[in-house]
Amino acid sequence: MTDATILIVDDEVGFVETMAKRLEKRNMAVLQAFNGDQAMQRLADNPGVQVVILDMKMPGKDGLVVLQEIKDAYPLVEVIMLTGHATVPSAVEGMQFGAFDYLMKPCSFEDLNKKILEAVALKQEHDGEAVEARVSEIAQRMG
Amino acid sequence: MHPEKTTSYDRLTRNIVLTVITVSLAPLILVGGVIFDQFRSIYSEKVYSHLSEVVDKHTTHIDAFLGDKLHEIQYLNTAYSYEQLISGDFLTKTLRGMQLQYGRIFVDLGVIDEDGRQVAYAGPYDLLGADYSEADWYRESRGRDASVSDVFEGLRQSPHFIITINNVTGGKPWTLRATVDFLSFSHMVENIRIGETGFAYILNDGGVFQTKPHEDLGSKLVLTPGETILFAEAQKGVTIRHSHGSDNETYVTVSSPLNGGKWKLVYQQNVTDAFSDMARTEYVVLVIFALGGMGIVAMAVFVARKLVSRCRAMDRESEFMNRQMVETGKLAAIGELAAGIAHEINNPVAIMIEEAGWVSDLMKDEAPPMPSRGEVDRALNQVVTQGRRCKDITHKLLSFARQTDPRVTQVSLPELVREVVELSMQRARYGHVDFSLDMDPTLPTVAASMSELQQVFLNLVNNSIQAMEADGGTLTITCGREGNEAVVVVADTGPGIPAANLGRIFDPFFTTKPVGKGSGLGLSICFGIIHQMGGDIEVESTVGEGTRFTVRLPFPPPVDQQARQQEMHHD
Repeated sequence: MTDATILIVDDEVGFVETMAKRLEKRNMAVLQAFNGDQAMQRLADNPGVQVVILDMKMPGKDGLVVLQEIKDAYPLVEVIMLTGHATVPSAVEGMQFGAFDYLMKPCSFEDLNKKILEAVALKQEHDGEAVEARVSEIAQRMG
Repeated sequence: MHPEKTTSYDRLTRNIVLTVITVSLAPLILVGGVIFDQFRSIYSEKVYSHLSEVVDKHTTHIDAFLGDKLHEIQYLNTAYSYEQLISGDFLTKTLRGMQLQYGRIFVDLGVIDEDGRQVAYAGPYDLLGADYSEADWYRESRGRDASVSDVFEGLRQSPHFIITINNVTGGKPWTLRATVDFLSFSHMVENIRIGETGFAYILNDGGVFQTKPHEDLGSKLVLTPGETILFAEAQKGVTIRHSHGSDNETYVTVSSPLNGGKWKLVYQQNVTDAFSDMARTEYVVLVIFALGGMGIVAMAVFVARKLVSRCRAMDRESEFMNRQMVETGKLAAIGELAAGIAHEINNPVAIMIEEAGWVSDLMKDEAPPMPSRGEVDRALNQVVTQGRRCKDITHKLLSFARQTDPRVTQVSLPELVREVVELSMQRARYGHVDFSLDMDPTLPTVAASMSELQQVFLNLVNNSIQAMEADGGTLTITCGREGNEAVVVVADTGPGIPAANLGRIFDPFFTTKPVGKGSGLGLSICFGIIHQMGGDIEVESTVGEGTRFTVRLPFPPPVDQQARQQEMHHD
């Protein structure tokens, strides 16, 4: 059993791969995507993804757009935005669209790790609420 | 200025001057010429008309005088018979009577018989029995009823003329003659005097003077008749002509026949004299014209110079402005480039840090004990540390490259000032400038655009450092609170600003730096930024002691401030 299932989305292959290796070493399942469409594909294939680490600036689909798509399709998946300094305003905008938090590149690995665990906790909480809701719904129906 | 540009300005000046002169002088000359010409012809006509009138009047007058005298003698001739006239002292009595009646115009009376001998005489001379048969006037008068002789000296050796009436009694012709006093006659003509050279005289048909011409003027002058002047109002019989005198002057002569055509009344005057009034008017007009023309020319030159120099200044300013625009554009481009580069560098640096982290992860878990383990860890730490440093640098670069970011945020002034000082530290070290900071840490934040405020303080600090670069000094920055305002004072110990420049240092493009070194925009931009924020910037300076810039910024209203702080926290 892993601590978390994570999807990293960034056009920098080296960054994604290294990050994945390091996170996997910390007992996390890590999926990789190098653009927005791939990210959506991975999410569709792996319903267990809890947290997405999403770069703001990518060729093709912009991070903000991808964020909205994720939130539309999988509202319970938490998203941590990764941003260069120049894109902080759009990251803040992303928070308004429901991103969990943002981190500035290059980020410290410890910070990222911590944020991921927080996000997973939040996600589990939400999932629990969702399960409870369903349970009470079912109970009501039965009752 | 380029030489060709200077000549183009000169050409512009010349063109303006020529155009103004032409446009203003041409109509003046045209109108002046027409009026001048008209005035001349009208005035000449007037002068000629006046002269001919004078001459005509006098001719009539003299003719009337001669006619009167003739009539008086004729009256004697018809009223008395030959016998009566020659008897005793009848003539003497008559002469006395006539002299009482008419004044001493008649000098003497005489009766001449058919042989030309004077048979009766009354008068001052002893001429009884004088023989006139050979005298010109006597011979000329023969065969005519009445005649007036030319002036001659005759037996009495003084000029006079004689009126003769011929009569026949009992088949024997006889003649009554009277001598007219020349002086009283001559006066009538000599009284005609106009101007300085105008005078009149009478000539007979042989061109002999009948009156004494003016001593100074007429006597030796020989006139060559020139063109005859014709004009509309000329009196009948009056001729006007211009003649060249032997003294090389032009004379106008006006003549009119007299005494039944035997004589001629001639009036002569120097043309210059006759037209002296006109000449004077013309002279005044010409002087006015010349002065006016000179005024126009001077004005045209003055205005053109002024215009062109204004033009030149404007050109220079716009040229400068253009250059400034290019500079500003360049600066903006460099800023953008820096931002882009900083952003791009972040990615590789991030990968480097992650890779180093990955290696140290692997080392921690898998590496067998090895002697250089400590050294490897140290190297990996170094990679991470230096990567972080790169990140700091790129982030700083980004925040300064985005100078046009006008977004208003809550800015902590002490923090901002410290950042600015840090950036200028290197330069300050080269210039032997020491910083002395006095910050109030409890100072609330102000609502402002971070990058704009950075620009303002960077500018002030840079200016101060530049001012002190030569000899070094101390740059004191204090940050404090005064009532509802944050006050930042940037004071240097530089050479100070002369009072003459102090009032202008916030003017755009005002700079004391050498050409190409300063744009003169820095302080004016600071001024604009601070005023836009509702603040104020002041300068005090003492030459030799230093300069103090005081920036005042208002704190935002408390409620607003809290709201904003929350927002910031949320960020």
